[in-house]
Amino acid sequence: MKVPLSWLKDFVDIDVSLEDFVDRMTMSGSKVETVEQIGGEINNVVVGRIIERRKHPNADRLQVCQVDIGNSIVQIVTAADNIETGDYIPVALHGADLVGGIKIKRGKLRGEVSEGMMCSGKELGLTEEDYPGAETYGILILDKPYELGADIKKVLGLEETVVDFEITPNRPDCLSIMGIGREAAATFKKPFNALDPVVKEGSEMVETAASITVECPQLCPRYAARIITNVKIGPSPKWMRDRLKAAGIRPINNVVDITNYVMLECGQPMHAFDLNRLEQHKIVVRTAHDGELFETLDGVQRRLDSDMLVITDGMNPVAVAGVMGGANSEISDDTCTVLLESANFNKVSVRNTSRKLGLRTEASSRFEKGLDPELVMLALNRAAELFNMLEAGTPMQGVIDVYSVKPEQRVIQTDAASINALLGTAIAADEMKAMLIPLGFEVGCNDSRMSVKVPSFRQDVVEMADLAEEVARFYGYDRIKPTLMKSGISVGRRNVKQQLMEYIKDVLTACGLYEVNTYSFTGYRQLKQAGIKMDESFKPVTIKNALGEDQSLMRPTLIPSMLEVLVRNINRGVDSFGVFETAPVFLANELPLITLPQQPMRLAIGLYGNTDFFTLKGIIETILEALAIKGIYFSPVQCDGFHPGRTAEVGFGTAVAGVMGEVHPDVLDNFDVEKRIYIAELDLDTLLDNGTLDRTYVALPKFPAVQRDIAITVPKHALARDIENVIKKSGGKLIEDVKLFDVYEGSQIPEGYKSVAYSIIYRASDRTLTDQEVDKLQERIIKALGEQIGAQLRG
Amino acid sequence: MLRDELDELKRKFINELKQISDSEALEALRIKYMGKKGLVTLLLKGMGDLPPEERPAAGQAVNGLKEELAALLDNEERRIKAAERQRRLEAETIDVTMPGKRPVIGKRHPLSIVRRQIEDIFIGMGFEIADGPEVEYDYYNFEALNIPKDHPSRDLQDTFYITDNIVLRTQTSPVQIRVMESHKPPIRIIAPGRVYRSDEVDATHSPIFHQMEGLVVDHGITMGDLKGVLDVFAKALYGEDTRTKFRPHYFPFTEPSAEVDVTCAWCHGQGCRICGYSGWIEVLGAGMVHPNVLRTVGINPDEYSGFAFGLGLDRLTMLKYGIDDMRLLFENDYRFLKQF
Ligand SMILES: [Zn+2]
Repeated sequence: MKVPLSWLKDFVDIDVSLEDFVDRMTMSGSKVETVEQIGGEINNVVVGRIIERRKHPNADRLQVCQVDIGNSIVQIVTAADNIETGDYIPVALHGADLVGGIKIKRGKLRGEVSEGMMCSGKELGLTEEDYPGAETYGILILDKPYELGADIKKVLGLEETVVDFEITPNRPDCLSIMGIGREAAATFKKPFNALDPVVKEGSEMVETAASITVECPQLCPRYAARIITNVKIGPSPKWMRDRLKAAGIRPINNVVDITNYVMLECGQPMHAFDLNRLEQHKIVVRTAHDGELFETLDGVQRRLDSDMLVITDGMNPVAVAGVMGGANSEISDDTCTVLLESANFNKVSVRNTSRKLGLRTEASSRFEKGLDPELVMLALNRAAELFNMLEAGTPMQGVIDVYSVKPEQRVIQTDAASINALLGTAIAADEMKAMLIPLGFEVGCNDSRMSVKVPSFRQDVVEMADLAEEVARFYGYDRIKPTLMKSGISVGRRNVKQQLMEYIKDVLTACGLYEVNTYSFTGYRQLKQAGIKMDESFKPVTIKNALGEDQSLMRPTLIPSMLEVLVRNINRGVDSFGVFETAPVFLANELPLITLPQQPMRLAIGLYGNTDFFTLKGIIETILEALAIKGIYFSPVQCDGFHPGRTAEVGFGTAVAGVMGEVHPDVLDNFDVEKRIYIAELDLDTLLDNGTLDRTYVALPKFPAVQRDIAITVPKHALARDIENVIKKSGGKLIEDVKLFDVYEGSQIPEGYKSVAYSIIYRASDRTLTDQEVDKLQERIIKALGEQIGAQLRG
Repeated sequence: MLRDELDELKRKFINELKQISDSEALEALRIKYMGKKGLVTLLLKGMGDLPPEERPAAGQAVNGLKEELAALLDNEERRIKAAERQRRLEAETIDVTMPGKRPVIGKRHPLSIVRRQIEDIFIGMGFEIADGPEVEYDYYNFEALNIPKDHPSRDLQDTFYITDNIVLRTQTSPVQIRVMESHKPPIRIIAPGRVYRSDEVDATHSPIFHQMEGLVVDHGITMGDLKGVLDVFAKALYGEDTRTKFRPHYFPFTEPSAEVDVTCAWCHGQGCRICGYSGWIEVLGAGMVHPNVLRTVGINPDEYSGFAFGLGLDRLTMLKYGIDDMRLLFENDYRFLKQF
């Protein structure tokens, strides 16, 4: 809400500096967004009078003038030819600033000293509308003998300070100069000069000229109108145009300007109809017919429906209630009788209509926040008063006022103690009363009991907490003492899952991986690019109003985002990189969605560069070990987007934890990268549910270990896991560890076989093992390997 | 005659010893004279050829020589070893200004670092961490927070819709409702998380960003407590000289409501580019839990009161590190991530 300060001063005397004003208004709840100084760029331009004028001795087109600027007489050379001796003109003196950053300096023109420059209207930012003659070529001739030497900004009213307030949706009353004025009066403890319009009416009764019928009072609690006769359309005066412009509204003509002026001043949107263009000289407020067509003022043909409220002339719509008027009843240059509408419309209805039509106006944005029906009459009379002042027409006698639904008078019963208990203050009831009264509340105090009548324009104030805010605002939020909760100690901590989550992230960073943060959105294109097949079982969580196709789904997997991050870094020349992300994925239970989708947490890991499958596998083993999860397995698996021979399902016990592997070369081709990429996606919830930070100490061994290596040839497709299992099973509990240390295929190994070498560590906890014992175990192992894997001991 | 021979041997030994500069040659010399078949050893063995009466004197002389040579050898060995150690140390001198070999370690995302720091501050004040779904019912995101369907503040939050009743949460505040539905007061939680609003991407906007909600509900909670807790938080995050400023504001689910500014950590309130020369930075929205919200979850507002606050994690992260473009938080460029 842009508030020109000169306008605000009609309501309250402001005698503090601008800085203080901005500060204290913000601290009392009217937040200042920006302050704009209009005319601020003009400087050192004063009123002067030409007392002598002669031709330049060296130039035919120039004139040399002596100009009286009050305390001295200066010589000015000009090329203008519209000046006469005796004219009052604006003079830019040495060092002056003009509109557009122009600077004026003393100088010589063809040998004659010029102390400055006489200004045109344009150089002062004036238009023909602002000042007759402003756009005429030449110097701006002032209309009156102003005080010589006076600042031109003051004389021409070029100076204005406009303060832009952020108005929160609960305070539609502050979408007005009057409302801000009331807040300012309360803030600075100054009297509030309420509007008290005096209307000079004609003798004819308004009822003879028009009638009003409201068919749906719930949607239109009040509809009032005045009729203005003898309307003379023309421009409104400069002061009104200046205020409108400063407040951000383009002046049109006196009638439209009056309605806009009143809207800005009181917060009540108004509309002016050309009465003679209302077919039956009447207003009927009704809901639109489905499919009814109507051309709004902006020239757009709108299709209405039965939920929309329209103003009609008994036959056809002439306005969409509270949103916009129609082209058919618009004020034109030959309008001579005006029906001025001041009405109250249901906020929900206006909001829905405005949204459906995609049409948001100054009027609709006010109505949809809920306006005070009591405002209707004040605004109507103020507008009539302005018609009088501007001599723009004559209000007929009386007002037509259909006031069907009056708001209930709200009274809040509370006490100072409750308010103090909420705020943590000790403010006396009297003091609270003194704060509430300037805001329009009526307060009855009985000891500490308070009975507070809420003014009709404060629909937002419903109960004690609302009053507490009013008190706090004017007591000063900064005066409320910071305290800490008096209740006893509570235990703050991360729960086990949260601790495990932090631990996993610490382990992953220790493994050299960077944590990344990617969008939760994806699209069909990205899923396809990542090699994910979308069959009938694919149930996407789709955003109805997505920003674009590529951001239209909530991701069902983290893999496409992970690929995107890795590919971006590859393309930016990062040789080797490893990353992880923890985030939920979104899986619909049913389509269309009725219940919330499942949103399980996933952990994605991605690597490329100086790395391979087994590095990724090692990282996963490290995480699972960190979580103390036992019985981990990796089995070959086929999975969309992964290399068919280099992908494993990860699990433990009977739980499947996820998948890991090398990205399919087809997918890499989709991204146009050559580096191999390794990705894992694990179900984090499964990991967290099964993980623990608990540990039990195991005594360090007292007896030495025995290490034996065996090298065997096995069929090529024998899995390391199976060989290891045979070793462990057949070797029994004396085996402490089994490590694969060599795999070899090639010459000396028969076709279809490979050589693998294991080192086996034996240890007993209660004695030193003898060679014979170990030899026996070795024999047993080799036998079992031969039987179960087809292994042969290498010579 | 033996004496001459011994003198000659000693002279020869000393000459040879002088030529020696490394321990290998020294060892060879030791063997040549003192070894099993060494010259001195041979002399001793040759004693048997002498007449018995000469033997004691000769033995003494040869033994004397042996000891003398052994001492010389030991001496020389120490010298050579020292010289050799010295040579090795010199040879092993490295250019300590050459680059270090760094272990590959990863790093947390800056958002995650700041989130953890803030969590720890509140954990220190007795808060627990709660969470809730990102795809959320309209009811939790709006209705239960005193934002009915026709409420104008819905316009301020451009909401992504999945269905008419399911949205991408626009704030972390729905977690308040979920916690209050499932827990009786006293409640003291924070809820960090991801939120969504349909903003186009630019340096300061993103359709996805992160907030942290706070909620305290108990008997006798006051607005003073809200100020106290947030004051402790701001000082813990930005330093002891940080001040907070509470300005009246409006949120549908708190009453009274406030916006909270903290003194700019970059200029300590002097005014700089980052704070727009105001010395203050707006970081929080806060207020006393609206009685309607308490009623909605079945908590009697006459018996209990509470406060809630919400802060923008992306903004705090950007302020903390001086990051000037929000997009960097989602790009995951290695050169960016390695800086934190
Ligand atoms: Zn600063």
